[in-house]
Amino acid sequence: MSRNPNATGAPDADPAVVRFDDVSMRYGRAPETLKDLTFTLAPGSFHFVTGASGAGKTSLLKLLFLAAKPSKGLMHLFGQDVSTVAREDQPFLRRRIGVVYQEFKLLEHMSAFDNTALPLRIEGRKPDSYRNDVAELLAWVGLKHRMHAMPATLAGGEKQRLAIARAVVNRPEILLADEPTGNVDPEMGLRILKLFVELNRLGTTVLFATHDEDLVARSGMPVLHLENGRLTAHGARP
Amino acid sequence: MSDFDIGRWRPAPFLPEADSRDGSLTFVVATLCFLACLTLIAVLATNRAARDWTSQLDGQATIIVRPKANETPDGAAARAAETLAGVPGVAEARALEKEKAEALIAPWLGDADLSDLPVPRLVAVQLTKTAPADAIALDRALKAQGLDAVVDDHSVWMADIQHAAQVARWVGMAVFGLIATAAAAVVAFATRAGLAARREVVEVLHLSGAEDGFIAGLFQLRFAKMAAIAGLFGAGAAAIMGAILRLAGGGQGLTPVLPITWLDLLAVLPAPLAAGAVAALAARLTAQAMIRDLA
Repeated sequence: MSRNPNATGAPDADPAVVRFDDVSMRYGRAPETLKDLTFTLAPGSFHFVTGASGAGKTSLLKLLFLAAKPSKGLMHLFGQDVSTVAREDQPFLRRRIGVVYQEFKLLEHMSAFDNTALPLRIEGRKPDSYRNDVAELLAWVGLKHRMHAMPATLAGGEKQRLAIARAVVNRPEILLADEPTGNVDPEMGLRILKLFVELNRLGTTVLFATHDEDLVARSGMPVLHLENGRLTAHGARP
Repeated sequence: MSDFDIGRWRPAPFLPEADSRDGSLTFVVATLCFLACLTLIAVLATNRAARDWTSQLDGQATIIVRPKANETPDGAAARAAETLAGVPGVAEARALEKEKAEALIAPWLGDADLSDLPVPRLVAVQLTKTAPADAIALDRALKAQGLDAVVDDHSVWMADIQHAAQVARWVGMAVFGLIATAAAAVVAFATRAGLAARREVVEVLHLSGAEDGFIAGLFQLRFAKMAAIAGLFGAGAAAIMGAILRLAGGGQGLTPVLPITWLDLLAVLPAPLAAGAVAALAARLTAQAMIRDLA
């Protein structure tokens, strides 16, 4: 199904991986959930997205993984104005973005190995070209002995790490994570954070949404802080 | 230790295999296919019946001869037959015996004594296959010989039969079309329900970069396979039913009015393919419309 992998991958003069210019977003006719956001993310950067529940963290990530559209403003991904990307080209843009969903979104009828391999299968790759990579990745996230397990039989932390493995298996340029430490104990949260930092060192741009201020403080990474849908801090920790 | 052997791993299907609704859906589509195939067999039999009747009437004409005062009915009929035999386009002309003429009108008169009635004589004319003579030519030849006769080339009957056959054909095709549309609607409904039940799977595939056509194709393949299998059952049942009707009717099929032949039963063969194609189209269009609703 790799019809045109480079359809949206044309290089752009804009060095930012993500650029928001006065972007707002609303669900239907409801009041705006995100208001006038303007920021950029450089390639290889690591940012936390912080804010209270309902501040707009998940909505911001939804915009970024193209599950929602801005109601106002310009949103650029990889130097491209997403409003100009044709629907048939959007899948190729999505393949450049890895997502760890808050509710995991693991496919219950697939084993851990199958769930992890899913993005590669969607890209149309042959099993022999990735089966060893998938196994190595699962070992890297600590699921070497759970490859055959179905999601229903996995513990919360295992599901979280499986979701991370699926998100990074095709080496996305951007990794978005929505409360990836929300369902695990602090020790596991720290381990997961270390995984993201490791991926970031390999060149992946990371956006990590969390309300865990302790984790943010311990990491020393810059934050995008949201309050009532508005960006109140961008860059160094508030 | 994990007993997972990555060397033997085979990708799992994108969609969950089983669905509790699949059984009832298969039954409904099989039933619709069964009805569609029976309709098709009935249409074929009706067509054949109409063709048989018209071919029996076509190429023939009947002449009613009224004797003049100075000749006997048999003499007039013989003279008419002789005259007609010489007309181009007539293969054979034969005067029917008095008993045959009386037998033809007996159903309308019952057991009455017909000996005193001036029953007209009939001449049966067999026309040639190529360039048969028409009623006007026959009439002209009879009048030229001073015969008082009425020519019936069965055209009124044939028109009626052909009209009736045409109506039966169109009704059959309309019923067939209605059943096919119902099958498509059922599959569209099932696809919609299937997509709704697997919304999470569809969403994950969509957000992981699967193209709309790829996701729609998964549903298309699933429902096409299901409908083809259902079509096989439906067509098989219709063929068995057709065979029973054929056997029950002896050499003439169900009845001479609806003559089913063994060859008609072969008409059900494309049914599984047709069912699969209708289901594939319905599932794809439905799935595409629903996937387009995703961001």
